[in-house]
Amino acid sequence: MTDTSRGLSGRPMSPHLQVWRWHITMACSILHRACVIGLYAGAVLLALWALALASGHESYALYTGVMGSLLGKLVLLGLTFALFFNIAYAIRQTFWDAGVGFAPKTADLTGAAAIAFAVVATAVTWVIAAATGAL
Amino acid sequence: MAELNSERFRTPLSRARGTGAARHGVSHFMTERVSGIALIPLSLWGVFAGLKLAAGDFEGAAVWLSSPLNAVLLGLLLIAALIHLQGAVQVVIEDYIHKFTTKSALVILNIFVCVLSGFLGIFSILKVALTGAF
Repeated sequence: MTDTSRGLSGRPMSPHLQVWRWHITMACSILHRACVIGLYAGAVLLALWALALASGHESYALYTGVMGSLLGKLVLLGLTFALFFNIAYAIRQTFWDAGVGFAPKTADLTGAAAIAFAVVATAVTWVIAAATGAL
Repeated sequence: MAELNSERFRTPLSRARGTGAARHGVSHFMTERVSGIALIPLSLWGVFAGLKLAAGDFEGAAVWLSSPLNAVLLGLLLIAALIHLQGAVQVVIEDYIHKFTTKSALVILNIFVCVLSGFLGIFSILKVALTGAF
């Protein structure tokens, strides 16, 4: 019987990190959440880009200077990965919503594929960036 | 009738406390799915645009954003991303922050950050698109 005697604190919560055994689907789930937090910062950075551009030469130079620094590039590299991983994860989740792809082997495979796609797409994007002088 | 049916399965204690579902679940689900689908082409375009802009300078960026198509797509990307992320981050907050006051404060802060970023971003995009960057 579900316990209803403890009030608010007794209501069900999402599983926490420590109760999971490491496997690819849980790693994907946690990575997805981490990517969401990263992309949140990315969306704010996107708004700041427009603000910097609208504010003129000096602020735009400041923005590109910060984002073009080693730390800024590392952040952008991480955001590139987070974006591609989220795209792959969203497609995987759309199939899940349709009730497809829940078999353990399929879920493992699509999880690994999502990570592989994100790594490859990130590498391709940054190779293009280097080749076109965007770096 | 729907109200009656859903009440049937609640315990008297839960009904007295009024701590059932907020009935926003489907709306949240649809918002996340629809914005997520919109974001796939928009964000891929964003990566393409970012590569182009990073290779250029201030003048290049100003000219780029003065194109109506670029201004509209960038605005759509920003708004779709903020709607999507506001919902996504709210779920993370609700899952992991248990203290009521901290949780409520973070949920409100999340909304403020997203709305402020949206208004700043859209105003800036329109400013550059309509009057130029200076």
